[in-house]
Amino acid sequence: MKKDQFILSVLVSNIFSVLNRVSGLFARRGFNIDSLSVGETDDPKFSRMTIVATGDDYVKNQIVQQLRKLHDIQSVVLLDENSSVLREHVLIKLNYSNKKDIDAFVESFKANAVFSTKDTIIIEIVDDQSVVENFIENAKKFGILEMCRAGALALAK
Amino acid sequence: MKIKGADIIVETLIEQGCKTVFGYPGGAVLDIYDSLYRNKDRIDHVLAAHEQGATHAADGYARVTGDVGVVIATSGPGATNTVTGIATAYLDSVPMVVITGNVAMSLLGRDSFQEVDIFGVTMSITKHNFIVKNVEDLAPTIREAFSIAKSGRPGPVLIDVPKNIQKAIAEYIPERFTSVLKGEKPDSTSIKNAANMINSAERPVIYCGGGVSISNAGKYVMDLSKKINAPVACSMMGLASIPASFEMNLGMSGMHGSFACNKIIDNADLIIAIGARFSDRATGNKEAYKRHAKVLHIDIDPSEINKNINTDASVIGDTKQILKALLPKVTARCNEDWVKTIKDYNANESNLYKKEYAFDAKDIIDTVQKHTDENTVIATDVGQHQMWVAQYYKFEKPHTFLSSGGLGTMGYGMGAAIGGCIANNRQRTVLFTGDGSFGMNLNEVATAVKQNIPLTIVIMNNGVLGMVRQWQTIFYDKRYAQTTLDRQTDFVKLADAFGAKGFRVFNKEELDKALTEAFEISGPTIIDCILDKDEQVLPMIPPNGTIDDIMLR
Repeated sequence: MKKDQFILSVLVSNIFSVLNRVSGLFARRGFNIDSLSVGETDDPKFSRMTIVATGDDYVKNQIVQQLRKLHDIQSVVLLDENSSVLREHVLIKLNYSNKKDIDAFVESFKANAVFSTKDTIIIEIVDDQSVVENFIENAKKFGILEMCRAGALALAK
Repeated sequence: MKIKGADIIVETLIEQGCKTVFGYPGGAVLDIYDSLYRNKDRIDHVLAAHEQGATHAADGYARVTGDVGVVIATSGPGATNTVTGIATAYLDSVPMVVITGNVAMSLLGRDSFQEVDIFGVTMSITKHNFIVKNVEDLAPTIREAFSIAKSGRPGPVLIDVPKNIQKAIAEYIPERFTSVLKGEKPDSTSIKNAANMINSAERPVIYCGGGVSISNAGKYVMDLSKKINAPVACSMMGLASIPASFEMNLGMSGMHGSFACNKIIDNADLIIAIGARFSDRATGNKEAYKRHAKVLHIDIDPSEINKNINTDASVIGDTKQILKALLPKVTARCNEDWVKTIKDYNANESNLYKKEYAFDAKDIIDTVQKHTDENTVIATDVGQHQMWVAQYYKFEKPHTFLSSGGLGTMGYGMGAAIGGCIANNRQRTVLFTGDGSFGMNLNEVATAVKQNIPLTIVIMNNGVLGMVRQWQTIFYDKRYAQTTLDRQTDFVKLADAFGAKGFRVFNKEELDKALTEAFEISGPTIIDCILDKDEQVLPMIPPNGTIDDIMLR
């Protein structure tokens, strides 16, 4: 985790306006979202959002308290990096001309080659933030054609 | 019974205890108005001149009664016209339910005639909002909206109802209105901490905000004040929550609060904030505000703790419940030195200012006060006149002062005075306004005339946008950009045109005479008081300033 970064696990009612309410709250109070991911839980009445944000203790406290005021929010939990599992997910498309080195690169990161043609390869990696960042950094030398990165997911241990 | 959605709306409003709604009809609420027509012996409707006026009226009604104010407006422009009224209520924590019609669901999202996404527009200025897309959800949604509006820290809730939902038929089963919890029970450890903090303070001061009047906790604030001999400073929203005649009441603190009040806060070693949120207008410079004091913050909204001021301790919950729990744990005490300091500052206050104008704001307010009683509802608009009322009018009872504190909405007063008057059994009501503010929503005089309510509108007419001009005088080297109105509006003739009675006065004697006559008239009256354009609201602490920067003349 970067300096002043923190993770929120937010359980919300699974209705259409909640994402808007949460992102609107961040926007109008001037808080930054680094990443946000949301999906239905095992109970279809609820969704869980994992929000990674950056801010000092004042911002952190305000975000938690202001989120708790939103009517559709069931719970807001600040996750501690050490007592939770955080995973990020990236898909990356590379030029596959340097097949040998790329295969070794995929192997070294225990990443997953999901799809390839003779010209391009799409690689998937799921890991914690620092490994994912390191992976992207190293992939650059092969020439990244396209990439997409999902918001972090986190659960308390 | 199976009934139309529009009838479900009206039935649920009645079931929730709503006696009067404020609104304006239109295409997307025709079915609701048809239902109101058929139920007119069970629920009153006050037709405003504009949806903004209707929303301010519902706000005034809610502030006087403590009940939820209800507004009905049509889609599109009808809905957007409520926005300023909703934001005003949101900033001052006023319980309100706004029901807007919208185009039928088959037309939603197609930029149809008079379609606006009012749900999206009001998301950030409501406590919560809904769009109802299933007629079965209508009654439960309205019940939930009332509960949200009133519970905890109150606020406005908007419900958008597409036209096809108003026409659809569903089963309606009446429910008894159940009162809502004000907030969770205060935590005993925080109460104990708070008591310890109070018991070890030498020079405590209570800072009383709007939350005290919302929870009707004024009596307990006074009990605490008497028990520990702590003076009470009020935010503007806190004025009227305890009587002006209460010996330890210092009146308003902050930018235009008295020198004594601000000096006492600065000298205190403990600030006990009750139902207040430390607005920048109340604190000035945040660091300097508590340079000599610790802060104990009592509020129902946890997000207010440490938001504007770093607090040393806090108790979360309904202020009345907290004070009830706290009082027995507080030791009775009297620091004679502190009491003497307070008395000295208070005694000296009137020596700090000299009368500069033959007919000034204080003359107007004092003269009006001779004609009113403690039950008279007083509304204001926003600007110099509002601060003068906050400084000089002696409020004795809670819920008698209607003023836009947080949002500072010019044009709030006319609607609020109408709603407040209706809520207060149509008793004599006074609106203090300025010629600028009055100009914003004076169309509502038509509403007051139609309602034939005893509303006396006192215009402090100085021909300028006085508060902005005051800032231009002080901070912009007297460059009066667009604050000199130079209008030719004759408010006496205007009153006549609306079917009200108008007066124009230039001095105290004329005002006294006009008030005597106006207070005999059962309908609305307008008294145009001509003031000097250079009179300022004093004292003044410049924005982000401290008591050391206070301007007394």
